[in-house]
Amino acid sequence: MIDVRLSGDDLDLSTCYDFVQDPACGGIALFVGAIRNHNQGEEVTHLEFSSYDGMALKEMRKIAEAASEDYGLAKVALHHRKGELKIGDVAVIIAVSSPHRKAAFEGCAYVIDELKKHVPIWKKEFRADGTHWLNARP
Amino acid sequence: MSVTYQVQTFAAARELLGSPVSITLPRGAKARDLRQQLLVDFPALATLKDFAIARNEAYALPGEILEAGDELVIIPPVSGG
Repeated sequence: MIDVRLSGDDLDLSTCYDFVQDPACGGIALFVGAIRNHNQGEEVTHLEFSSYDGMALKEMRKIAEAASEDYGLAKVALHHRKGELKIGDVAVIIAVSSPHRKAAFEGCAYVIDELKKHVPIWKKEFRADGTHWLNARP
Repeated sequence: MSVTYQVQTFAAARELLGSPVSITLPRGAKARDLRQQLLVDFPALATLKDFAIARNEAYALPGEILEAGDELVIIPPVSGG
């Protein structure tokens, strides 16, 4: 079972945790990605996510399906924020459940790694030295 | 015969080009042809580290043939998470 969301509102950890709970699963892994106050030696004041929503949700679902298949996960919740975020705000939450812990840890890592490579969501950082779309330039 | 496509942009590509942009290609053109023509018509795209083409909400393979009415989008390097 998979729950993917792209939300303009605050993400909720217990919603993700509740979704993946399963009596057949002894391991639940959670990853929370938050906005940090620095990048590449510069102070970050806030940031903004832009997203191609229709495709982003499809890509998120593909990743969750691949993770379920490859790691034998029972349930995957993948929630991502959009819009403007402040330092400390939660950008992404991933929750996965599996009968055993190793698959839960590895499956959770797979989901965030693949999300960062493929899902059409873009981060614009507002820093003291200007604004930057991350990864956009050589 | 040629076909004119509207191509949407996001993030760094939108700042460079606005959105959408029009591209005219011969009928039967492939995703790789669209990518090349975009670089010809909009040289500013070359300042991006890279970009992909999405067709109907999925990454397009270079050899995919475009059809009139396709939803086409320039995908600059992503940075979610």
